[in-house]
Amino acid sequence: MSNIITISPVSRIEGHAKITIHLNSKGEVDDARFHVNEFRGFEKFCEGRLLWEMPGLTSRICGICPASHLVTSAKAGDDILAIGIPETAEKLRRMLTLAQWIQSHALSFFHLSSPDFLLGFDADPAVRNIFGLMQLDKDFARRGIRLRKFGQQIIEFLGGRRIHTPWAVAGGVREPFTKEERDTLLEWFPEVKETALLAVDVIKKTHEKFHAEIPSFGNFHSLYVGLVGPKGELEYYGGTLRIMDSAGNIIADSIDPRDYYKHFGEASESWSYLKFPYYKPLGYPKGIYRVGPLARLNICDSIETPLAEKERRMFKLLAPKMESVNNSFYYHYARMIETVFAVEKIEELLHDPTILGTHVRSKAEINRLEGVGFAEAPRGTLFHHYNVDENGVIQKVNMLIATAQNNMAMNRTIKQIAMRFIDGKKITEPILNRVEAGIRCYDPCLSCSTHAAGQMPLEIQMLDSDGYLLDMVKR
Amino acid sequence: MAVKTLTIDGQQYSAQEGESILSVARQHKIPIPTLCNLEGLSTVGACRLCVVQIEGIPKLLPACTTKVEEGMVVQTSNVKLNKYRRMIIALLASEGNHVCAVCVANNHCELQDLAYQVGLIRVRYPYLYPKKTLDATHKEYVMDHNRCVLCTRCVRVCDEVEGAHVWDVAGRGINCEIVTGLDANWGNSETCTSCGKCVMVCPTGALFEKGANISEMEKKKGFLKYIITARQKKEWVYIAND
Repeated sequence: MSNIITISPVSRIEGHAKITIHLNSKGEVDDARFHVNEFRGFEKFCEGRLLWEMPGLTSRICGICPASHLVTSAKAGDDILAIGIPETAEKLRRMLTLAQWIQSHALSFFHLSSPDFLLGFDADPAVRNIFGLMQLDKDFARRGIRLRKFGQQIIEFLGGRRIHTPWAVAGGVREPFTKEERDTLLEWFPEVKETALLAVDVIKKTHEKFHAEIPSFGNFHSLYVGLVGPKGELEYYGGTLRIMDSAGNIIADSIDPRDYYKHFGEASESWSYLKFPYYKPLGYPKGIYRVGPLARLNICDSIETPLAEKERRMFKLLAPKMESVNNSFYYHYARMIETVFAVEKIEELLHDPTILGTHVRSKAEINRLEGVGFAEAPRGTLFHHYNVDENGVIQKVNMLIATAQNNMAMNRTIKQIAMRFIDGKKITEPILNRVEAGIRCYDPCLSCSTHAAGQMPLEIQMLDSDGYLLDMVKR
Repeated sequence: MAVKTLTIDGQQYSAQEGESILSVARQHKIPIPTLCNLEGLSTVGACRLCVVQIEGIPKLLPACTTKVEEGMVVQTSNVKLNKYRRMIIALLASEGNHVCAVCVANNHCELQDLAYQVGLIRVRYPYLYPKKTLDATHKEYVMDHNRCVLCTRCVRVCDEVEGAHVWDVAGRGINCEIVTGLDANWGNSETCTSCGKCVMVCPTGALFEKGANISEMEKKKGFLKYIITARQKKEWVYIAND
C-alpha cells in the first residue's frame, strides 16, 4: 500500500501528532499509524558541548518531565566521573524523581484523562476537559490540581524553580535541602495521600463503567521492561533491568542498565521521526515492548510502601491466570498506584534525618570515556548514553526515551481501536476521541505543550487501498 | 596638568587634561554602557558600545578612547545612540552562539545585562550560527569560542596584569578568534600560569571554570582593583563584589 502523505518537519512544536488509517480494498481497516513529525536534534547538537552542561541542556528536552532528564543526565555524568555521590544527594535526587512522577501522573490523570472517564467518551468535546470536570466535580478537580502542585513544589524547593532546573549535576546536586522546606512539605500530608487514593478509586470505578470498551484499548501481547530493586521491588532511580513477557515469565533479569544497548535496538520508519525501539533477541517488530507504569507494575514483585503494595495486589488480579496485565487501558490504574507509592515514599524520605545533610556534591575529573545514566521517568525507563573525550567534551549522545519505547505499542493500540470502531467511511468525533484516548493511555511526552489545553492537535486521515484520502478530521 | 571644562548631557564638568570622556562620566555617575572596557586594563575601544555624540563632530566617538577637550559638548544618551547600542548588542548576539538559558554564565553575564539595559527584545539580523570550537584541554578552565565577543579583556589582563601574554587575537574580520600561544591548545600552553584572571574578567560565558553548570559561573573581578592598587600604591585593600 502506498502512503502518499508528505509531512514537513514542524519545529519548536511539541506534541504535534498525526494518525493515518489505511483501508484495504474492501474498506476495512488494514493498518493505522501514529506519526510524530517533530524533529528535535538534541543528540546531534549536544555533541561538542561539555559533560557538565548536559543535565541542564537535556532537561530542556521536555517541559513536563525535565527533572527526569536532569537526573538521568547527572547519573550519566556520575558514571563518567566514576564517583559515588553523597548519601544525601542520592536521597534528594530520588525525591526529585518521585516528585516528577507525582506532578506528571497527576497531570495525565486529572487534567487529561479523567474528563473522558467522568464525562464519557461521547460527551460534547466543549465540556470534555478540565473545565467541564470542574463544573461536574469541583472538589475532585481541585484536589488533582493541588496534587500536581505538591509535586511541583518539591521540584521548586529542591531545584529553585519548577521547570528546567539545573540543580542535579554530575557528582550530586547543587544545593542541599532545608529544614523549613521539609516542614512546609510535611504540611501537605495527609491531603496528598487521600487524593492519590481517591484517584485510585475513581479509576477502579471507570473499569466497571467502560467494561465493554476496555478490551479494545490496546489489549495485546508484548514484553515489559523496567527497573527493579535488589529484591525485585518497584524501583525508580537505581536497580537493574528486568524483562518480562506477556505470560508473566521473566525472560531476562538483573541486566546492568549500562548494557541497555546490547538488549535494545532502534528501528526507523520513513513516516515518523519517533524511532521504534525493540528487544534485540526477538528482532523488529516482534520485539515489541512496553515501558512505564503498566510495565513497572507488571514486572515488580512488590512495592515497599504499604498502601501502594495493597493496590498492586489488586492490580495483579486484573490479569487472567498465567498472564501479565496486557491491556494498555490499565496504564491509568498503574499510574495512580505509582502516585500512591510516590506520595508514601516521599513522606518516608522527608522523615529521614540524613536528607538534611549539607554535603551534596562530589567532584572528580573525567575517569571514563563512556557513561550511561538511567532512571524511571514517569512514562518509562529513560537512558542517557554519552561518550566524551579525555577533556569531557561530548563526542556522542544516545538517548532512549520512554515514549519512543512505547511507540510500537501505541501504533498497535490505535490500530486495535480503529478496527473496533471504524466501520464505514466517515470519521466521527467520538471515534477521534477514542483513538486519542488510546494514545493517552501511554501519556506520551509529545503531548507536553498541549497538556494545558487538554487537547492534542490531532489529525486523523483515512486512506483507501490506493492511498487516496477518503476523509480527514483535524483539530 | 591643565583642567578642561566640558558639558555632558547639559551639565558642566571639569576634568584633567588627557582624561577620557568615559572616565569623567564614571566619576560623576553618568551611565554609559561598556563591554570591552574594564577599569585596571588598557583601553582598546573595540566594542563601540560607549559611543557618544559630540557637538560639531559628525561621527559618533567612543567615550573610552576620546579625550576631553575644552568646551566639548557631549551627549551620552539619545534616540540615535540608544539605537546604535541596541544594534551593536544585536550584532554580537547574531554573530556568536549565545544561548542564555543553557549558559554557564546565565544571570552573571555582562552581554545579557547589556541586552536588558539597551532594551533588546529581538534581533532582526539573521543568526549566523557559526561553527565554533570549544577548548577544554586546560585542566581547570574552558574556552568556549561560541560565546566570545572578542572584547580582548582576557588578552589584556594576561599581558598587562599577569605578565604572561598567553592570549592573542588571530584571523581577520568575522573570522577573528582569541588564540592561546601560537594557536595551540590551551592545555599545552607552557606560558599559562593557570591564574584564572582571564576567566574572571571575561564578560560572558566564553571563559569559565571546568565543572561549572548552567548559571554557576560567577565572575569575581575584585582582584583586579586589589592588584592594581597594591602595585601602584603599595596598599593591600580588597573590596569584595567590586
